[in-house]
Amino acid sequence: MALDLARWQFAIVTVFHFFFVPMTIGLAFLVAVMQTLALVRKDETWDRLSRFFGRIFLISLAVGVVTGIVLEFEFGLNWSAFSIFVGNIFGAPLAIEGLLAFFLESTFIGLWIFGRERLSPRLHLATIWLVSIGTILSAFFILAANAWMQHPVGYTVEGGQAVLTNFWAVLANSTLWASFLHTVLAALATGGALVLGISVWRVRAAPDDPERAAFRRATAFAAALVLVTVVLTAIAGDFQARLLDVQQPMKMAAAEALYNTQNGASFSLLTIGNLSGQPVFQIRVPHLLSLIADMSWNGQVVGINQMQAAEAAKYGAGNYAPVLWLTYWSFRAMVGAGILMIAVSAWGVWLWWRKQLGAGRWFRRAALAGIVLPIIANASGWIFTEAGRQPWIVYGLMQTAKGVSTVGAGDVALTTAAFVVVYTTLAVLAVVLVLRAARHPFDEIGVPPDDTDTTPATGLVY
Amino acid sequence: MATYTGLSALWFSLIGLLWAGYFFLEGFDFGVGTLLPFVSKDDLDRRVVINTIGPVWDGNEVWLLTAGGATFAAFPLWYATVFSGFYLALFLILAALIFRGMAFEFRHKREDAKWVTWWDRAIFWGSALPALLWGVAFADFVHGVPLAANATWTGNFFDLVKPYALLGGLSTLALFTLHGATYLGLKTDGDVRVRAHKIALRLAPITFVLVAAFLAWTYQTAHTMHHEGLVPPLLPIVGLLVLAGVGWLVRDRLEGWAFIATAVVIVAFFATLFLNLYPNVLISSVSPHFDITIVASASHRYTLEVMSWVALIFTPLVLLYQSWTYWIFKKRVSRPGDASETQHSPTNV
Ligand code: HDD
Ligand code: HEM
Ligand code: HEM
Repeated sequence: MALDLARWQFAIVTVFHFFFVPMTIGLAFLVAVMQTLALVRKDETWDRLSRFFGRIFLISLAVGVVTGIVLEFEFGLNWSAFSIFVGNIFGAPLAIEGLLAFFLESTFIGLWIFGRERLSPRLHLATIWLVSIGTILSAFFILAANAWMQHPVGYTVEGGQAVLTNFWAVLANSTLWASFLHTVLAALATGGALVLGISVWRVRAAPDDPERAAFRRATAFAAALVLVTVVLTAIAGDFQARLLDVQQPMKMAAAEALYNTQNGASFSLLTIGNLSGQPVFQIRVPHLLSLIADMSWNGQVVGINQMQAAEAAKYGAGNYAPVLWLTYWSFRAMVGAGILMIAVSAWGVWLWWRKQLGAGRWFRRAALAGIVLPIIANASGWIFTEAGRQPWIVYGLMQTAKGVSTVGAGDVALTTAAFVVVYTTLAVLAVVLVLRAARHPFDEIGVPPDDTDTTPATGLVY
Repeated sequence: MATYTGLSALWFSLIGLLWAGYFFLEGFDFGVGTLLPFVSKDDLDRRVVINTIGPVWDGNEVWLLTAGGATFAAFPLWYATVFSGFYLALFLILAALIFRGMAFEFRHKREDAKWVTWWDRAIFWGSALPALLWGVAFADFVHGVPLAANATWTGNFFDLVKPYALLGGLSTLALFTLHGATYLGLKTDGDVRVRAHKIALRLAPITFVLVAAFLAWTYQTAHTMHHEGLVPPLLPIVGLLVLAGVGWLVRDRLEGWAFIATAVVIVAFFATLFLNLYPNVLISSVSPHFDITIVASASHRYTLEVMSWVALIFTPLVLLYQSWTYWIFKKRVSRPGDASETQHSPTNV
């Protein structure tokens, strides 16, 4: 009972954190690029755009920060046996994340918000770049911890604890680099999709309004960025799938609902199975899975039943298959959302090419709806990654059931319910504020970048 | 490098430093938040007050995250036992910090008076509650927590709120609020500054009584329970003497010194508690056999060495740029027209 609740709680608080984190990583980078263009080209439009999206970025950042604080302690709260087992290895990236990434991010965000009038334009630009670097570093170190749970390296087990033997191996983990690339690219796409959706919506301004030209520019910029980053995300994801085939074959088989080992395995478009693990109805694309997993037409892909037998032989009797419908559908939700994102952004780039950007109502609707696509892809990607690793909390070393704290189920239920209430409130407020910021009158934003007033004033920002 | 015992003790003291640093910095944030309803008469005052910590509160909070992360890395057993043991208390602190953080970012986003009042309440409770609860928690550490064999926690939430722990909580609440008052005295101008001085003058003697009573009680229980740790008696005494001087410093408008004084008291206070724990990280109120020692809970040597290198290289850098931030924002914050040296200019992000 406490175990299930703890799993629910962890899933809720991490997924919620990750609704906002990719937006933050993506927007920090995009705002930094816009501000750079403003400064280098002495361009007022880019300056305004950077301030406009800067406000939205700050809302997302605020939610990311307050929900992240919870996560830092979540391992101790609900997963204390896990924490004791992995602390030697897992704690280090977490501590380094604080020292390297969070300090950088949080200090320079203060300087960026409050320092516009106190720092020179160049120094002020440097602060947002440092924030962006901080967000990416923080992704790296937290993924280092997570990658170790997916594919433990550089350790031995001594006296019931995993002991670090090679820190570089932890940082050089192939799983880490693959997922870091995939995650950061996905984050850029997430920020890009938000900029695209909002910009397209603002392009409706009257033709002679400078706002129209500005947001047209932002639309083109964002469409191109999303197209490139999603294609790269898919390539990185394919690379991850190939790693999984070696490192966690069960997850890959579950993702595909491939029940029995096959050569030249087909890719499943739709599978309906029963709970005892037998497929009832399937539509499959011949050979595609072998191509994805092994890069060869007739490559062998191991099936769930064979993996189950192999793991039972290795680790003792038990069920080693994750919840199949969850892994199967979360994987498809992610890939499906990715394909739709490619379609929407390619449409945008094409309209831009034809100089018709902003004319079509349908594109406007698609791009606006497209804001949620990366959010779905991010959440389902993590659900696939984490749920697909089950029953392991650390793959091959510790089962999730053994990692939980001895806290009473009542306490876990209470805090889980409270988190749900608090986070729902947060989400509603964040959406309301983002909508407000997205409607903010463009001509009220900011001052020209070559403002010569250098007297340091005491601005009341908050 | 040093011996393993030495290395573990080094990390124990580094974690003590991180917590002390956290309370020194976030202490005045908490104080400023707690004082918000008391030093301001209207919304402009409140904005002045909030803007004194605006650029720095997030950076200050990261000291907590780093203390948490470092404890996880260097003493996994300590991290796991404390945070699952103090389950509901920690949850309350986290919830308070969530609302407080949201309040800073969201309060000014709409002009609606109700909206603003709501967030002002969140700032007050989100500051006062953790200021109290952290003191309760640290008092419990020193007094002992219900630990049975194998670090099994046997108590519940209400075991943690004993009179001694409550006194600890009131001491930190008073101390942080006083610290916030000296900070506001240093960082504002006009009426807010005057009110902050008045409050500091009134609060100083109360804080002194609470902290002195708490430290005396700590000594007394530590003595009867033979958990005297390593505390050089000089440390708490110096802390108390400095605390006694705060009132004079405020009255003579030695604002910088008054702020330094409350900072010194906070550091001395937490150093006393941490040294009192030594050589344990957690003291069992069930039996001394179940105490968790520094060496028993420390990570292996290699992890500690890696962490030491990382800390050695990056801590100076962090200290450097955080100090630089304080230097950039060294000017007082005030209402437009309240001070000769500063002017108000509406800023648009
Ligand atoms: C915009 C977001 C987004 C998009 C479009 C995609 N992904 Fe993804 N994916 C993620 C966002 C994401 C993620 C949320 O960032 C995950 C979770 C864990 C991770 O490393 O990245 C992830 C995980 C993840 C994993 C699991 C890795 C593991 O368990 O270790 C695989 C195999 C893929 N992805 C593959 C793909 C493929 C083949 C895609 C082709 C379109 C794809 N992803 C699109
Ligand atoms: C370093 C990063 C992460 C670590 C260390 C981590 C660790 C864990 C742990 C300990 C569990 C509990 C075991 C379980 O029930 O599965 C878990 C489950 C889960 N995590 Fe992660 N996680 C990380 C990142 C994330 C992120 C960013 C997300 C999503 C946004 C996420 C989503 C989930 C989900 C959905 C579950 C529940 C899966 C299930 O119960 O079947 N995780 N993870
Ligand atoms: C489950 C484990 C996780 C923990 C313990 C965690 C912890 C935290 C904390 C404490 C913060 C607040 C920092 C501040 O106050 O400035 C934060 C923010 C952040 N986290 Fe997480 N996080 C987790 C998962 C992730 C993942 C998987 C990623 C990225 C792939 C990520 C990326 C970020 C970023 C970029 C920020 C800063 C931007 C923002 O606050 O939105 N986190 N995280």
